[in-house]
Amino acid sequence: MNAKAFILFLLLPVTSWAQGYAGLGSSAAGFDRPVTGYEFQFPRDHGPHPAYRIEWWYLTANLTGADGLEYGIQWTLFRSALKPFESDGWQSPQIWMGHAALTTPETHHFAERLSRGGIGQAGVTAQPFNAWIDEWKMQGDIADTLSLTANGQTFGYDLTLQAQGPLVFHGDAGYSVKSADGQASYYYSQPFYSVDGTLHLPDREVAVTGQGWLDREWSSQPLAEDQSGWDWFSLSFDSGDKLMAFRLRGARGDFTAATWISADGQTESLPDGTLILTPLETEHVAQRDVPVEWNVQLPDRGIDLDVAALNSEAWMGTRFEYWEGPITFTGSHTGRGYLEMTGY
Amino acid sequence: MTGPAIQALLSHWRTHPLQLVTLLTGIALATCLWSAVQAINAEARASYARASAQLATGQLDELRNPGGYITLEQYAELRLAGWQVAAVLEGPLRVGNRRVRLMGVDMLAYPALPAITEIEQGTSPPDPSEVLTAPGRLLMSPDLVHLFLSADRFPPVIESTALPPDLVLTDIGVAERLLNRSGQISRLVILPQQPRALPPLASIAPGLQRIAPSAQMDTAQLTDSFHLNLTAFGLLSFAVGLFIVHGTVGLAFAQRRGMIRTLRALGLPLRRLVWLILGELLSIALIGGLLGLALGYILAAALLPDVAATLRGLYGAPIDGQMSLRPQWIAAGLAMTLFGTLAASGHALWRLSRMPILAGPGLQAWGSQNSARLTGVIGLGLIAAGIVLSFSAKGLLAGFGLLAGLLTGAALTLPFLLSTILNLFARQARSPVSQWIWADMRAQLPGLSLALMALLLALATNIGVGTMVSSFRLTFTGWLDQRLTSELYVTAKDDAQAAQITAWLSPQVSAVLPIRSTELAHETGPLFLYGIIDDDTYRQHWPLIAQGPDVWNHVLQRGAVLINEQLARRADLWPGDTMTITPGHTLPIAGVYSDYGNPTGQAIVAMPMLEEITPGTATRRFGIRITPERASDLAQSLRDQFDLPPAAVVHQAAMKAQSLAIFEKTFVVTSALNVLTLGVAGFAILTSLLTLWTQRLPQVAPVWALGLTRAQLARFELVRSVLLAALTACLALPLGLVLAWVLLTVVNVQAFGWRLPMHLFPGDWLVLLLLTLLAAFLAASLPAWRLLRLPPAALLRVFADER
Repeated sequence: MNAKAFILFLLLPVTSWAQGYAGLGSSAAGFDRPVTGYEFQFPRDHGPHPAYRIEWWYLTANLTGADGLEYGIQWTLFRSALKPFESDGWQSPQIWMGHAALTTPETHHFAERLSRGGIGQAGVTAQPFNAWIDEWKMQGDIADTLSLTANGQTFGYDLTLQAQGPLVFHGDAGYSVKSADGQASYYYSQPFYSVDGTLHLPDREVAVTGQGWLDREWSSQPLAEDQSGWDWFSLSFDSGDKLMAFRLRGARGDFTAATWISADGQTESLPDGTLILTPLETEHVAQRDVPVEWNVQLPDRGIDLDVAALNSEAWMGTRFEYWEGPITFTGSHTGRGYLEMTGY
Repeated sequence: MTGPAIQALLSHWRTHPLQLVTLLTGIALATCLWSAVQAINAEARASYARASAQLATGQLDELRNPGGYITLEQYAELRLAGWQVAAVLEGPLRVGNRRVRLMGVDMLAYPALPAITEIEQGTSPPDPSEVLTAPGRLLMSPDLVHLFLSADRFPPVIESTALPPDLVLTDIGVAERLLNRSGQISRLVILPQQPRALPPLASIAPGLQRIAPSAQMDTAQLTDSFHLNLTAFGLLSFAVGLFIVHGTVGLAFAQRRGMIRTLRALGLPLRRLVWLILGELLSIALIGGLLGLALGYILAAALLPDVAATLRGLYGAPIDGQMSLRPQWIAAGLAMTLFGTLAASGHALWRLSRMPILAGPGLQAWGSQNSARLTGVIGLGLIAAGIVLSFSAKGLLAGFGLLAGLLTGAALTLPFLLSTILNLFARQARSPVSQWIWADMRAQLPGLSLALMALLLALATNIGVGTMVSSFRLTFTGWLDQRLTSELYVTAKDDAQAAQITAWLSPQVSAVLPIRSTELAHETGPLFLYGIIDDDTYRQHWPLIAQGPDVWNHVLQRGAVLINEQLARRADLWPGDTMTITPGHTLPIAGVYSDYGNPTGQAIVAMPMLEEITPGTATRRFGIRITPERASDLAQSLRDQFDLPPAAVVHQAAMKAQSLAIFEKTFVVTSALNVLTLGVAGFAILTSLLTLWTQRLPQVAPVWALGLTRAQLARFELVRSVLLAALTACLALPLGLVLAWVLLTVVNVQAFGWRLPMHLFPGDWLVLLLLTLLAAFLAASLPAWRLLRLPPAALLRVFADER
């Protein structure tokens, strides 16, 4: 056991996987719950919601280097509330956790940061928009231009993101149901970023361009108690259309949902059961079997994709471990995107 | 041949059981004292190491603010620049009468601690929101728990066996509230993994100082001097114990001369004989050594609680009073014993190996006047070397080097000095009998000189250490009277109650003196800064040892600072100099005061200045000035009025008694070792006299034949012993005083940071002299009694025997 284990115990009030991945299925006593019909207000809702237990600013990008190679980066800031309020000083109950990763076809680098609110070390402000933990920053305007930076021991990146389309809202106008029991979160995205900047690899600097996708989600109990993990896809078709699709794996059966996002930003929410996800190939990563090739089908829309990881070793060996990495797909359509798998 | 030879050698011990007991006792005593001291030191060092490991101290670089604390803003700035640092806020926490160390760490960032792991793996790990948010949780070793349970101002407690004694671990958010140091950080631990592209520290935190683990003041360094002290004492006792071994082995060889001659005449090769005797000696050393180790263990276990109390009180060293048996300790103790025994009997063995077949080994331990002169010269050389060392080297080692040179040098010159003195007396002697007595004493001197050296060392140490302790006690008591002037001392539960108490007291008493302090990280180590208000109590009583003109007005009205002696000596700061307390506060030093309560640095400023340097420091303790007759009544009504526990209102007298009790405990070990050394020296004289006894008959018989009675001879025997002891004691006095001077002006300054005035205690010397004479009398009474009871036939036989 080590410091990591203690932090795990800190962040997991009840350390049992039966309670869902990362405590996301534990009870939401004292915290607000998402309700239908919520009216988002911006820029306020780009900022934090301390009365909700969990929240994240989640950015992934598929990049192409001047060297012709494919890259992927992840920049995530999680907020986990021990109590449903914010206060100044060390005893702030808001815990912030940052994850950054840089994936190449050959290597996968990641780093993690931890802080609490109230002391200026980490946090998010809505106006002007600034999300930071230590020297990692995502700042600017979500609807317009963002600058993004993060560093690990041996890697880092400095990128500029330019929004090329509107925000999109998942589920019922941003109310995204996560189980048959009705667990839900507020969930919106900005999937239309164009990206350029520099990657700092241990042995070289690479100029890159590509596409980025920001997810914003907050909730107090986004998983049902029996749900142990999820498989989440963000896919950008070469045609300009996008697809957000996820499956929550539960003891009582899987729950799926997806959002079809056309190139102009129009969305269609696809209910449980519409999406068909089939693991094709597993790889032994970090002492476990993780599916790194998938078949993704939306029969109603004639979509049948074979998805493969750019680098199947994209394991995030952080305090909560999961797989997160860039993917490419072929089949009825082609394109690239990001895949996140938890609970394996 | 070997079998019978062994039997013959062993038969000696069967017929001389007392000698065997003496030899074993000598070895055991030497081993016992030495290994007891080693055990105590090992135990203490193990405690420090355990505490370091439990707190992961001394492994990583740290950042400190040389002039004070680190602010939350500085921390955030470092973090925002990418520097991975973990914040720690430490300070003393008063619980009832006990002072413990509160260590608040950022539980999210600090490296793994065994205590946290233990609790995390326990049956009911606490909810993280309980640990990280108010009121928080306090982690502590089980023996502290009851203290915290009885006081109600503390957060709930979690027991952990993986924490040092006297330390309470908690989250930094809890610590800043309990210590009332909101937004302050004592030090930042630089974590091992840092990101790429870090800006240099100098540009982010120019005011902070990066300190490598080796440069961090740890307990082991702080207490080094104390342990060196103990070791020196142990070594001295060891040496004295070996004198006994030397005496007894010499005696045994003398008595076995005939047997050895017979064995060799029967054809036992010399080489084998030497090996056999060597084996015999080693076996005896082994038995005596094991016995000594057992005794040493018991002694150490008995002394350890007091030593632990001293170390905790003086240095805040994390040590508990528990002994554990370590294999290395046994091995080292036995090796020391075997080596010592061989060294002490080497002389006798060497003579045996060079002995002509028909002669027996003689007993002339220190030979003639010539060799006494030679050892005297060597002794003078050692004294000179000690003095040179003390001038050329610095620190505690120089002090001990000087002491070692003085003591061994003086011991070595003793035979020469004594024989010179005896010569002088002999020249004055007119009657034949007195001439014979002086001559006889000189003749005995070589055989007795080792025992007398032991006596000299023991006496000098006794006088030196006794003078030091008594001077210290006298100074300390006087200092307490000056320092503890308030009639009552009150500790409030919280700030609000403190304010109520002040308001309630003000109309009733002469003065309420707030005791307010804060801990700062100064470049010389932790610095406790106190604030005082203008009151005659300070102006009249505070014990200043150096002061500038108009000292109190400077401090109270013009922003000057008073510092304690430890700090003044360590940093070489005296009135007229300035001192940087925090980067923004460089204050002139108005005076230096003596402070015998602790080894840490302290400074005093006026209350408004303290408020300016560290705003919001709590005032929970007060001194109350009141006519002494009313003190008890007021104490009771204070307790009733504010529902204070008994320990929260303390009388001046109780406070003094408590301080003196701690003081006495500090020197319990010293006194115990002192008495034991003297006992060992007395024993050494006894064994030497018994050794000489076998040689006595040929010298005494002619005098007896000339007409002196056995009773007269026995009396002379006693007089001789007492006289030699008295002479030695007279020589020991100046040596002891020099020792005391070195202890007070060199060793104490190094070990504790204060220099004490030397006081003389002739009454103590007289008692010591009488004790010495008594010991010498007792040691000589057995040989005297034997002489008295000696059949005349035995004396006559001397003339008949061909020796």
